[in-house]
Amino acid sequence: MKQMDTIKNAHSKDEAPVSTGVLAVKVDDLTVAYNYKPVLWDIDLEIPEGVLMAIVGPNGAGKSTLIKAILGILKPIAGSVSIYGKPYHKQRSLVAYVPQKGSVDWDFPTTALDVVMMGTYGKLGWIKRPGVKEKKASLEALEKVGMLAFQSRQISQLSGGQQQRIFLARALVQDASIYFMDEPFQGVDATTEIAIINILKELRKAGKTVIVVHHDLQTVPEYFDWVTFLNVKKIATGPVMDIFNDDNLTKTYGINYKVSVQK
Amino acid sequence: MNLQEYFSLVFSDYTLRTITLGTAILGAVTGMLGSFAVLRKQSLLGDAISHAALPGIALAFLITGAKDSNTLLIGALVSGLLGTFWIRGIISKTHLKSDTALGLILSLFFGFGMLLLTFIQKQPNANQAGLDKYLFGQAATLVESDVWLMAIITGICVVVMFLFWKEFKLLLFDADYTKTLGFNTKIIDILITTFIVLAIVLGLQTVGVVLMSAMLLAPAAAARQWTNSLSTMVLLAAIFGAFSGVFGTAISASQDNLSTGPVIVLVASVFVIFSFVFSPSRGLLFRQIRFISNRRDLEFQKTLSFMYHIAETHDDISHPHTIKILNNFQGFTRKTLQKLVDKNYVTIDGTMWSLTEEGFKTAANLYNQNIKTHE
Repeated sequence: MKQMDTIKNAHSKDEAPVSTGVLAVKVDDLTVAYNYKPVLWDIDLEIPEGVLMAIVGPNGAGKSTLIKAILGILKPIAGSVSIYGKPYHKQRSLVAYVPQKGSVDWDFPTTALDVVMMGTYGKLGWIKRPGVKEKKASLEALEKVGMLAFQSRQISQLSGGQQQRIFLARALVQDASIYFMDEPFQGVDATTEIAIINILKELRKAGKTVIVVHHDLQTVPEYFDWVTFLNVKKIATGPVMDIFNDDNLTKTYGINYKVSVQK
Repeated sequence: MNLQEYFSLVFSDYTLRTITLGTAILGAVTGMLGSFAVLRKQSLLGDAISHAALPGIALAFLITGAKDSNTLLIGALVSGLLGTFWIRGIISKTHLKSDTALGLILSLFFGFGMLLLTFIQKQPNANQAGLDKYLFGQAATLVESDVWLMAIITGICVVVMFLFWKEFKLLLFDADYTKTLGFNTKIIDILITTFIVLAIVLGLQTVGVVLMSAMLLAPAAAARQWTNSLSTMVLLAAIFGAFSGVFGTAISASQDNLSTGPVIVLVASVFVIFSFVFSPSRGLLFRQIRFISNRRDLEFQKTLSFMYHIAETHDDISHPHTIKILNNFQGFTRKTLQKLVDKNYVTIDGTMWSLTEEGFKTAANLYNQNIKTHE
């Protein structure tokens, strides 16, 4: 019971979207296919600057694929992505990515601090090694996610929630404007979930745009101010207050959904 | 010649020195690069590349008619690289898994290579003898120029690894993330793979097509057991590889009729077995020891708390009870009882035991602690 209360407290209703009217991400006609089978079909998406957005949809809806296609990890068969009005490949330094925790081998011989330092590699470019400045930034990021004490821990000796925090710290150290996160709440306990959502809200407060693949529909109105419904096609996108309703949920999930949204 | 003679001759005897240096350098460079292959879960890649190199050797001989090692190794390099890119192509263009692609290319190229070798052996050309040494390797054929070539390539490899260390580590750990940071992962991948192919081709003359992949994997697998740092792992793998080369050469030189390649591989495997058993953090031995000692502690505590519960019901906590009531279900063993006596928690009088004041207090603390952690 105690934990439920804390989750509720983590959420405060007064946080309206701080959209500035500038488009952070614009996706045009994006189509991705595996084996000729379309995974994403003709997606148009406009994400305003400063929102904390959830991408929701059933399994196999293409949520992770959407993020990966936007970030150029997957090659779309059609479509284009622009970040602040310019092609993505020219704007990489503005974008940070938190992959799914399960996408890497955690038995890799390296430490927590070392993984976080990887977030500085992009700005360093080829060959140049991270120095004092990068180490300082990485330690600060570790502190932000509450993992400073674990900095020299081998990454396989961290719990799932701790590993997720390390990934978050690695993205934080990139000091980007837009953050893409693939299921950051998957398999973490309530404490970690609250810690992560608080960091995401802090990011939004600092004017960053945060895009999160999310599974738990119950927490969407609490955590996010913007939402995109996705099921191969884009069903709807907009402010949670306006579009997070049974109608869109039913369209996306195909079954009659009843989620009470307090406005 | 015995081992002692070998080590006294190794610095003065030209042939021995050349072969020893050659195998040591080879072991070091394959160990280093093998770490990358193992961490990318591409352990089989080495095997596929070395087998894919065989038709290149045969074709180089058929085309040039020359048998000097450099010409043949260029042939091996070309067909090794070709095999590697086919493997990559199969993985990216079809939906076959990488182990299938590796297996396909391995057997296809090796089969073709064997076909060419038998064809060459039927030729009335006196020059053809000895090509089959590339199957199992023959360290004795190493000459100074071969060793120089190995040293130069190893040198370049070390420099490149030093320059691109950060990129290599990033790609090995998280390839998708590497892309989003703006690095061209293909370039990093090709760099790593090219060096793996080079190292394998260099080793064909010494260790041979069939056993070459062990040189890549064994030192790296052994090194992984001892460290949680990538740089230490690469360094250790190089050292294990070099030692395998030297010891393998020494053992094979000090006995008659022991060919060097297999002995080197066996020595490397000894490193692996030793590491799997004796590594303090990941080894089987210490894991088992930790397991047994944990179980002992648990039995000790269980027995003590059982005694506590019995003693609690009496006014006199040291009231004697029969040992028989400490049955196996309570974790009782003779050793546990002896340990309790040694610690002065329990006194024994014939077949009766009784808890001491100290034992009662310890058990009470243990009991309270357990309750606390359950809250």
